[in-house]
Amino acid sequence: MNPMNYVILASILFAIGSAAVLLRRNAIVAFMGVELMLNAANLSLVAFARIHDQLDGQVMAFFVMVVAAAEVVVGLAIIIAVFRARQSISLDEPAELKG
Amino acid sequence: MNFVTPEIAWAPLAPILIVLVAASAAILIEAFIRTPATRRLVQLAVALVALVAALGTAAVQWALLDGAGTVVMDGMITVDRQALAWQSMILVFGVLGMILFAARTRAGEESFTPLGSTAPGSIEETLARRKGLQLTEVFPLGLFAVGGMMLFTSVTDYIFLFVALEVFSLPLYILVALSRRRRLLSQEGALKYFLLGAFSSAIFLFGAALVYGATAHTSYSAVAYAMELGGANDALLVTGAVMIVAGLLFKIGAVPFHSWTPDAYQGAPTPVTAFMAAATKAAATAALLRIMYTSLHPLEWELSWLFWAAAIASMALGTVLALVQTDVKRMLAYSSVAHAGFILVAFAGLEGEALSALPFYLLAYGLASIGAFAVVTQVRERTEDGSVGAEAVRLGQWAGLGKRSPLLAGAMSLFLLSFAGIPLTAGFVGKFEAFSAAIAGGGWPLVLIAVVASAVAAFFYVRLVVLMFLTDVPEGAEDDIAVEDSPLVRLVIWVTAVATVLLGILPAGALGLLEDAAVLLVSLGA
Repeated sequence: MNPMNYVILASILFAIGSAAVLLRRNAIVAFMGVELMLNAANLSLVAFARIHDQLDGQVMAFFVMVVAAAEVVVGLAIIIAVFRARQSISLDEPAELKG
Repeated sequence: MNFVTPEIAWAPLAPILIVLVAASAAILIEAFIRTPATRRLVQLAVALVALVAALGTAAVQWALLDGAGTVVMDGMITVDRQALAWQSMILVFGVLGMILFAARTRAGEESFTPLGSTAPGSIEETLARRKGLQLTEVFPLGLFAVGGMMLFTSVTDYIFLFVALEVFSLPLYILVALSRRRRLLSQEGALKYFLLGAFSSAIFLFGAALVYGATAHTSYSAVAYAMELGGANDALLVTGAVMIVAGLLFKIGAVPFHSWTPDAYQGAPTPVTAFMAAATKAAATAALLRIMYTSLHPLEWELSWLFWAAAIASMALGTVLALVQTDVKRMLAYSSVAHAGFILVAFAGLEGEALSALPFYLLAYGLASIGAFAVVTQVRERTEDGSVGAEAVRLGQWAGLGKRSPLLAGAMSLFLLSFAGIPLTAGFVGKFEAFSAAIAGGGWPLVLIAVVASAVAAFFYVRLVVLMFLTDVPEGAEDDIAVEDSPLVRLVIWVTAVATVLLGILPAGALGLLEDAAVLLVSLGA
């Protein structure tokens, strides 16, 4: 199977992820969109590593996973803090900041 | 496949390592020292000692550097004079930022919430406050941010750049959420900053993956080499390059990636805003500079539309939106968007002049930003029972500040004039250098727009100056505003004000140093 197909799949996942970030109003779902984008990048890194017959891309995918995990910790902490304060994580509702 | 242990030259990495090791040690201090008051002093001392030691080491590196610089870790990091200049600048911003972090009001109130996990207005929060808890984690978080930014300026590999990006971004997201007053605003700013920041770093990463796919390399110089050799997949390459630049434009805060700037700047505790405004912009500019000059320069023509569009849109939108703001922090945030536009102007044509002009511009901008936000921390509302409350950020509340505190109002005016680029301030020299670089690169239409935008921007800067000095305090509102006099904040204001004037009157010394630094080391390490 042509590994380029995986790159196309990764691009589709990336597009879905960014659509989720831009369109969904729930902070958790938007955040899941970000994670999908990072994983799309991982998939393409691994696919390209296969295309170039290198290991580099796969090693990079590990770095990305670790960073993504750290990002989840910080992100969820902020989302939970916001939820505790206002019992909602809608991105439309918090409207203290405008203009 | 054989695994060869890479040889690492530790000495050139020393400034970064000192900061990161101190940050890790500071986390342990957090666990072992129980008394909040002692812990705060120890944390502050560790942070300042580490930053000053790193600054000293960077200076020694600068003096000892033979030739253009050193490539460390198989081309992952390049330490040349340009990198050391940016690192030192970020360290200076770090020192000033840490001092602001530690400052308190006369009533002993800090800028940070006593316990970040409590809900605003809850009983737990009141208890934590009454018990005298203090959030000293801000110092290690600040150190990690500084360390990550220093890495960010020196890294020469796309994937490693992503790691450095997150190392400095994650602590900043947390710091933004920790304001003591107006906590809902602070948390909301942090949520927006986090989501958009994570979104942009994902865009950057996917771009890096595409460039890797097109060239089979992730090191800056190897990517450039592969491009010049030809045979790279052009569609992948250009898409990847655009995404990489877009991710970095987000960190610089240029339109259309600016929407986090006003929210994060307004919501964050003001000392954090001061540090973030100065240091993030410097780090992101340094990384963009290195990428454009050493890696993506073969694509200069394909990418120039992006730079031109972002520069023009940032200058126009930043200036217009700053005009209509009624909140001082928000106004300064939009002015920072306009400044992102001025920074991008200097990238026109990728001339060598920009390599010394941009560090100077960012130094001038950063000093004025830290100073201006430091002044903001000192102007406070008075609550009904006479105690000192939150910062007075509405423009109207600044009326007559010149009579209340001539020193603060004078310093603020100086910083605003430096933002506006009035001669005899550092901002003027910075703008002059940046625009000369753009003209040398054939970007005169951009410079024309930039000059017009500067003139319009001067209006809202001067409006605040007029408000402070020529407007009287409204009738009956004489006691509504309290002016703090924290010695730590005063120190920061004095240092930044003197530096702004000195760099404006005698820029030759700093410019000479930065001209020495106007060389980027390119090597085929990988």
